[in-house]
Amino acid sequence: MKSAVLVFPGINRERDMARALRLASGHEPAMVWHAETSLPRGTDLVVVPGGFSYGDYLRCGAIAARAPVMDAVRAFAGDGGLVLGVCNGFQILCEAGLLPGVLMRNARLKFICHDVHLRVERSDTPFTRGYNAGQVIRVPVAHGEGNYEADEETLKRLEGEGRVLYRYCSADGLVDENSNINGAAQSIAGIVNERGNVLGMMPHPENHVEDIMGCTDGRGLFAGLVAHLERAA
Amino acid sequence: MKARVTVTLKSGILDPQGKAIEGALKSLGVDGVASVRQGKVFDIEIAGSDKASAEAALKDAADKLLANTVIENYRVEVLS
Repeated sequence: MKSAVLVFPGINRERDMARALRLASGHEPAMVWHAETSLPRGTDLVVVPGGFSYGDYLRCGAIAARAPVMDAVRAFAGDGGLVLGVCNGFQILCEAGLLPGVLMRNARLKFICHDVHLRVERSDTPFTRGYNAGQVIRVPVAHGEGNYEADEETLKRLEGEGRVLYRYCSADGLVDENSNINGAAQSIAGIVNERGNVLGMMPHPENHVEDIMGCTDGRGLFAGLVAHLERAA
Repeated sequence: MKARVTVTLKSGILDPQGKAIEGALKSLGVDGVASVRQGKVFDIEIAGSDKASAEAALKDAADKLLANTVIENYRVEVLS
């Protein structure tokens, strides 16, 4: 799996992401500066990592979404290429129009930085095939604006088309108000676009991939991507 | 020319920041505050003197960057 990790000023999770990708695939990801107008030849996966691009000025992800490299990402996604956005990366993908909806201020206004549980809603996608449907995984979140909102029509479509891949839940998989850390509509933690090749999620699977991190539940996402691409090749 | 773009949340969009400000005003004893919705103001200096083209440029700026039209409305004013 040849991956490209985008780098914007103010991003700070790109090295964690690169490490997780290297561990999963055995290949060193390319780090791609925001001012580039193309992606490295043969890229299988583009990752928009987390952090605070442009200091979260204007709106989280708003300025990064208009960077030159995003035109290349849009074309790549248009050709069916896999794109993963985590945390600020999810915000950037929404601002860029690659995913519907918006990430609003957390409902209780607090920056949330701790482990959460996610329910994997289905396993038949490139982004979840390393898990079983209904499986509960534990991964960290670190965000102030992760409250996913979209208009009613969009939410209905996301649910109807099975595009919600990850949902906040309790340790035993219960999706309810208590486990919905940021007030997101329908406890949405991660969604894909219509074609299913662009995933945005607020939690950080890249931070739970090694024993020293205390948990390896995030590995499945990366292992699943590697397996998907190997099968496609 | 001086211009102003005002960006506000669409009605019906939950505004937790506005709610917090509202609560703070109440606890400060400011009377008569029924509700607060917060937004953003951009003061923009436009080169040239053609009002119509200035308005078009500001609208373009708001659509492309200043507002997220999924959740926000904007208003464009050329002030002088």
